[in-house]
Amino acid sequence: MNHDNETPHESAPYSLYLLTWLALVLLTATTVTVAGLNFGRLSILVALVIAGIKSSIVLTWFMHLRQESKLFHMILLVTIVVLVIAIGLTFTDILYR
Amino acid sequence: MSQSVALVGHRDYTGSKLGMWMFLATEVILFGGMFLLYAAYRSDYPGDFHAAAGELNTLVGTVNTLILLTSSLTMALSIAACHHGNRKLAMIMILVTVIFGGAFMVNKYFEWMTKIAHGIYPSSEFLLAHPKGEIIFFGLYFTMTGIHGLHVLIGMVLLVGMFFKVMNQPNAQVSFLSGHGLQRADGGRLAMLDPNGVPLWKSEPIDDTMERVVVKTKYWPVKSRFRVEDFSLLENVGLYWHIVDIIWIFLFPLFYLIT
Repeated sequence: MNHDNETPHESAPYSLYLLTWLALVLLTATTVTVAGLNFGRLSILVALVIAGIKSSIVLTWFMHLRQESKLFHMILLVTIVVLVIAIGLTFTDILYR
Repeated sequence: MSQSVALVGHRDYTGSKLGMWMFLATEVILFGGMFLLYAAYRSDYPGDFHAAAGELNTLVGTVNTLILLTSSLTMALSIAACHHGNRKLAMIMILVTVIFGGAFMVNKYFEWMTKIAHGIYPSSEFLLAHPKGEIIFFGLYFTMTGIHGLHVLIGMVLLVGMFFKVMNQPNAQVSFLSGHGLQRADGGRLAMLDPNGVPLWKSEPIDDTMERVVVKTKYWPVKSRFRVEDFSLLENVGLYWHIVDIIWIFLFPLFYLIT
């Protein structure tokens, strides 16, 4: 087997996953607490930012994206860009109709 | 005379992962479309969405979030256990993940049943008497959590399959392709020797009528010998499980935390 063009996947210690989980639980507690406070329009922004951070933690550590090839990062990036374009164009339509 | 022949056991690790990541991209687009609908209607009916979200139980939503996050942990641990050569732990962690998935679905069931008992379900008379934005909110709620729940169910079925696969591993098939190593073994026999050179098993004599020799070996790699490609199927199921978790990470604040 030829692994020359692959990033070696070192087997991570169990404690790394426990720490990842702990970070996710803390962020969940944060988002629930923040939702209880009244930030008005800012609330949704804070909630989405926290959800984004949680997602990138899952992607990086649980889904091992940090060890994967650049190609997979590109697939993810293109997907997100497509979504952002779709949502962005829809909102320019909604807001300036 | 003995001659060693290279074993051919082709597994395309990057290829299998590439296919999975492309599939995950389509899943993101599938849910992305629904999130787009949510965003568009929410900007049209912010007050109704606000009022309708008050009907949802934040505690149930939070508990389900924690259940799914923890199931992601056990999923990652099962793969890590494979990499550490600990099959027993891997199997336990897969089972625990399935149990957490089941707990999520049980919670979801009671949540939906409570809503339905209150007369809140698509096209119910009770709901149709409400403002348009609330009807849309619950339409999106049932559609999005429903399709998400379906994904959790599919993930659970896949994980049960993976449990048996991991249980039946070590089990790998390697083959000698004709035209490569096989001709060189013409006239000889294929044998498996123990470290002292004592034959454990011998094949029929190999001649040119033989097209292909398939050897099924059973082994469970210890940590120092593990190959990631032996577990690419389990890793792909894990990726699916994690993307379902990520989708819930967005569903949770958008439906439960906007009161």
